[in-house]
Amino acid sequence: MRKEIEAIYARDSRKVLATLIRLLGDFEQAEEALHDAFTCALAQWPEEGIPANPSAWLVSTGRFRAIDQIRRRVKFEDITRQLDQPTSTPHAVADSDDEMLEDDQLRLIFTCCHPGLAPEAQIAMTLREVCGLTTEEIARAFLTTPATLAQRIVRAKNKIRDAGIPYEVPGPSQMSVRLDEVLRVVYLVFNEGYSATSGEQVSRYQLADEAIRLGRLLLALLPAPEVKGLLALMLLQNARRSARQTPGGNLVPLDQQERSLWDRATIQEGAALVTDALATRRFGPYTLQAAIAAVHDEAPTAEATDWPQIVGLYDVLMQQSPTPVVALNRAVAVAMRDGPQAGLTLIDELLAGKALDAYHLAHAARADLLRRLGRIEEARIAYQRALALAGQEPERRFLQHRIDEMGAGVA
Amino acid sequence: MKYLALVYYDENIIKQMTGDEWTSLNRECLACVDGLQQQGHYLDGSALQPVDTATTVRVRDGRATATDGPFAETKEQLAGFYMLEARDLNDAIRLAEKIPPARLGSIEIRPLRDITPFGDDAPQDDRPWADRNR
Repeated sequence: MRKEIEAIYARDSRKVLATLIRLLGDFEQAEEALHDAFTCALAQWPEEGIPANPSAWLVSTGRFRAIDQIRRRVKFEDITRQLDQPTSTPHAVADSDDEMLEDDQLRLIFTCCHPGLAPEAQIAMTLREVCGLTTEEIARAFLTTPATLAQRIVRAKNKIRDAGIPYEVPGPSQMSVRLDEVLRVVYLVFNEGYSATSGEQVSRYQLADEAIRLGRLLLALLPAPEVKGLLALMLLQNARRSARQTPGGNLVPLDQQERSLWDRATIQEGAALVTDALATRRFGPYTLQAAIAAVHDEAPTAEATDWPQIVGLYDVLMQQSPTPVVALNRAVAVAMRDGPQAGLTLIDELLAGKALDAYHLAHAARADLLRRLGRIEEARIAYQRALALAGQEPERRFLQHRIDEMGAGVA
Repeated sequence: MKYLALVYYDENIIKQMTGDEWTSLNRECLACVDGLQQQGHYLDGSALQPVDTATTVRVRDGRATATDGPFAETKEQLAGFYMLEARDLNDAIRLAEKIPPARLGSIEIRPLRDITPFGDDAPQDDRPWADRNR
């Protein structure tokens, strides 16, 4: 029985919490109520059996206990004024179906990702409240102390309460801007887990997995094309996880990865989602990046990569979000399709525009093309510029390795 | 002439006050308002919630953004104020986006705080969503 209750906790606790926050109007009280509800379940269910709808039982029990707690603390008049609104009886909760609970999960996601919260607070709140990670787990993944993280969360909850951030799913006029914000948070969590390699690897992987789980949840609640695109993008990148680093922690570039290590089932799932999202014709940057990742993932060898298609996808992406980083990636794809000189011309134009001057990957890409053109001395200078700007240890090792290799070649 | 008197202080000084000191400061403020009112000088005014609750709204290229914090640039100067009645922060952001200088500078939104003579600093009944969505 204990195992079953633990399974219900893992499956439903966040849903129940999301509804309790709406009913009680307060994160702290809702968390206490959730804890109380599961304590009651552990005491009662072994005798009485698991109720037909465990989430509804947990919501009404948690709510009852919270009201009880508040009654003990505050005068009775206050509590009737606050909580005994006509429709807020526990039955209303039990009667409300799963759809209502799903709305509450969306409310929770949009509240945690509210632009009025600091970006790092949005991430912390999402991982803590929506995913149910502990502050210790989040702190470990972000290389900070649990105390700092706990304070960040307390501050965010205070702002939600004191500044009046509403617990709601945005209306149609705000939806696209606010959904962008949510997708950005999810993708940041994913990237923190996938790209940054300075933290403990296990907790990093957990972050990438949480981001994918969030993506799945969001897709179930809100099946918009870009939600599909983002989930696809994360799956298609994550499928290469075992091949992108040597056991010693060195980065392996895409063209040198052992493709048999790629997770085929995940690639298929991601590719199917991309196809769906593209078919809606209302897709955005995430879907396009996912489509590019799918072309890479579906190539049997690096040489067999369909570069013309990748350049075509970057062209569309440039129309939608013409950022310097997209332009850089497009230049690299052009170099693969038309040769290094064509790519170098584009990158030099980009670097002349200054926006990418402090971006280590721009200099690394330029160095790589110079190397392929045999302009070794210029390549070395560019690699050194990239090395001076790179922050992550595996990337630094990779660049240093390239510089050393060239030194050996010339001598 | 009408004048706007802006109140500035270091919030850390306030945070270090005892409950009694804080209550007594609030009572002094209420007495000050009473005095100004009796002399016919007081038009309107309010205390604000701490700066932690601030949200900044900007409109650039027709696109509105809201961010956490009071991030007016140091080269920006206070140029005016609007006292708004809004359902919640989202509503307030929506209204602030319409203020024309949001395109040039920034609009900082701060919830008001009631000054009470009772030292009751954390009103429990103003939770933003407690009585909606029901």
